[in-house]
Amino acid sequence: MIQTVSVAVVGNPNAGKSALFNALTGARQKVGNYPGVTVERHVGRTELPSGRPVELIDLPGTYSLAAASPDEAVTRDVLLGRQAGERLPEAIVIVIDASNLDNHLRFALQLIALGRPTVVALNMIDLAKRDGLELDASRLSEELGVPVVETVAVRKRGLKDLLEALESQLDHQRAVPGEALPPPDPLDLHRRAREVAATAIVSETPVRRVTHQIDSVLLHPVAGPLLLAAIMFIMFQAVFAWSAVPADALEAAVVAAGNWVGGVMPDGALRSLIVDGIFAGVGAVIVFLPQILILFLFILVLESSGYMVRAAFIMDRLMSNAGLSGRSFIPLLSSFACAVPGIMATRTIDNEKDRLTTILVAPLMTCSARLPVYALIIAAFIPARDAVPGVGLQGLVLFILYVSGILSALVAALVIRRTKVRGSGGLFMMELPKYQMPRLKDVAIGLFQRAMIFLKRAGTIILGTTIILWALASYPQAGPAEKQSEVSIAGKIGSAIEVVVKPIGFNHDIALALLPTMAAREVAVSAIATVYALDSEEEGQLQTLEQRLAGQWSLATALAFLAWFVFAPQCISTIAITRRETNSWRWPGFMVGYLFALAYLAAGITYWTAVAFGLG
Amino acid sequence: MTVTCLEALKVGVRARIEGIDWDLLDSSCAGRLRDFGFDEGVTVESLHQGPFGGDPMAVRVGRMVVAIRRSHARAIRVIPAA
Repeated sequence: MIQTVSVAVVGNPNAGKSALFNALTGARQKVGNYPGVTVERHVGRTELPSGRPVELIDLPGTYSLAAASPDEAVTRDVLLGRQAGERLPEAIVIVIDASNLDNHLRFALQLIALGRPTVVALNMIDLAKRDGLELDASRLSEELGVPVVETVAVRKRGLKDLLEALESQLDHQRAVPGEALPPPDPLDLHRRAREVAATAIVSETPVRRVTHQIDSVLLHPVAGPLLLAAIMFIMFQAVFAWSAVPADALEAAVVAAGNWVGGVMPDGALRSLIVDGIFAGVGAVIVFLPQILILFLFILVLESSGYMVRAAFIMDRLMSNAGLSGRSFIPLLSSFACAVPGIMATRTIDNEKDRLTTILVAPLMTCSARLPVYALIIAAFIPARDAVPGVGLQGLVLFILYVSGILSALVAALVIRRTKVRGSGGLFMMELPKYQMPRLKDVAIGLFQRAMIFLKRAGTIILGTTIILWALASYPQAGPAEKQSEVSIAGKIGSAIEVVVKPIGFNHDIALALLPTMAAREVAVSAIATVYALDSEEEGQLQTLEQRLAGQWSLATALAFLAWFVFAPQCISTIAITRRETNSWRWPGFMVGYLFALAYLAAGITYWTAVAFGLG
Repeated sequence: MTVTCLEALKVGVRARIEGIDWDLLDSSCAGRLRDFGFDEGVTVESLHQGPFGGDPMAVRVGRMVVAIRRSHARAIRVIPAA
């Protein structure tokens, strides 16, 4: 039997490591977690030219073996064979950016000193040529004492040569594992790296660097912030405008399927469960898939093009006023998709206090789970017309909701920094990588993974809570003159909650939906859908939820409900990840407390103001 | 040949690092600067400045472009190219 070879893929951030990993393994990837730490473990499979199977491990990008963050510690520990849950890799593929030799060679020299079978991928060689650099891979290989292969991961160039070189290296163990090596002086290492780089560079023609030209526009003191605002504005308009057709089609399909199933099934509890529970509940959430994918499309494209870091650059000063740094911008922007990966992304923040503050305010960023709720209420209550020519009123309201989240996060961060988490401000030092055309395939893989996560949630958490809610809302059965949503067990619970939320304009149906919504925010939509489906006169006839809402809620209530969702921490996953990342119950407890207080206040103020303007 | 600090370097001007006052920087900050290749003799160039108060600044160091806050750039002594 042939043994699988385990090979670690290592490199500096921005060396194109993940692109190389994707190119080598294609779709044969698995994402897991290292035990005890919250660092993702990416492994994929490929084959050597001889057919020998290889397990590739994509290690977090790092600048040196002197680890500063948990991510970097995993890279170091795997390479030294110290990481629990990972055997010592048999070989290392070092990925270096051909146009950034001086810097990347420093880490490469450290890695080569480990004495493991090693191959260097001189990646993004095409971009180096674009920048006027002529390199000699064989000279570099002589200097380093290991094979050097030119690659362009995104075009799959040099992959075959890389695997051949890897196979040839596997047979020679160069030395014992280098754990015993003394840590080299960082400055010596750097000088050596520059010497090696100088030998490998044949010629360098000064050219106008494309990235610099783009940056002179995107980082322009005036144009830069305006463009950033414009990009975000377009993003939120697109979420509504582009999704209309597919979302309507999905919705029509769900309603048609529900009615068809309702028609062929005999009347009874099972039909009620399927039609009123599953089709009305889960179906109401599924229709938001197009909007969520559009949002992720923007985030993935901005990230893979290199723009996200520029956004952090532009925002750093403003964030520092709130006691944060530009580094918090990326986790916070990711939180627009979901606070869970956003909170996990805070691991790249080196300053502990910055990190904690970022975690505490991340749930204020409007996550995609809120989108179904916003979208439903906006579609039901805000007319689909232009506020000013070219700017849709619905998109504008959505934009305002997002902006309220951002502004309150900044204020909350400032207050938290002055009270609960005092201390000096953090560090902001980041590499601004070269701009790159996002690759269709990488974006597609990312979107597909997001879609699966969303559908899995719809299939598990949302389906589960929907069924429980259906049961609680269906029994005991209402008499002829009674309303099902008031007689049932869920109705009783709702009535108890209603006492608390009535002052802020919430009706009985909203109160009833708030409890199951703790599981996940989208559940609000399915919960309301289920309740109305059960109350509906013509059993089994699904009507769109929007039409029902528009008839039953006042505008003031709808607006208060939106304001509530800007703040309310209704997401068990977020609370759990905060517990895990802060390693205590103190911070998630604090977070839930202050967010509910804000939600109540914001919904109340919105409701009272709207009523005062006669919208009650 | 006048020594100034990286913070004061005008956009578009190249300079050589004359020395770094490591004492002015805390250890995590010093470590990051080393990671990015800030070292005596390395060429730097100020490329862009942040929209608010010119902070942070984007600096080319060697072949890499790095964003760095003014307060840290103050610790890096440079000699502008003639």
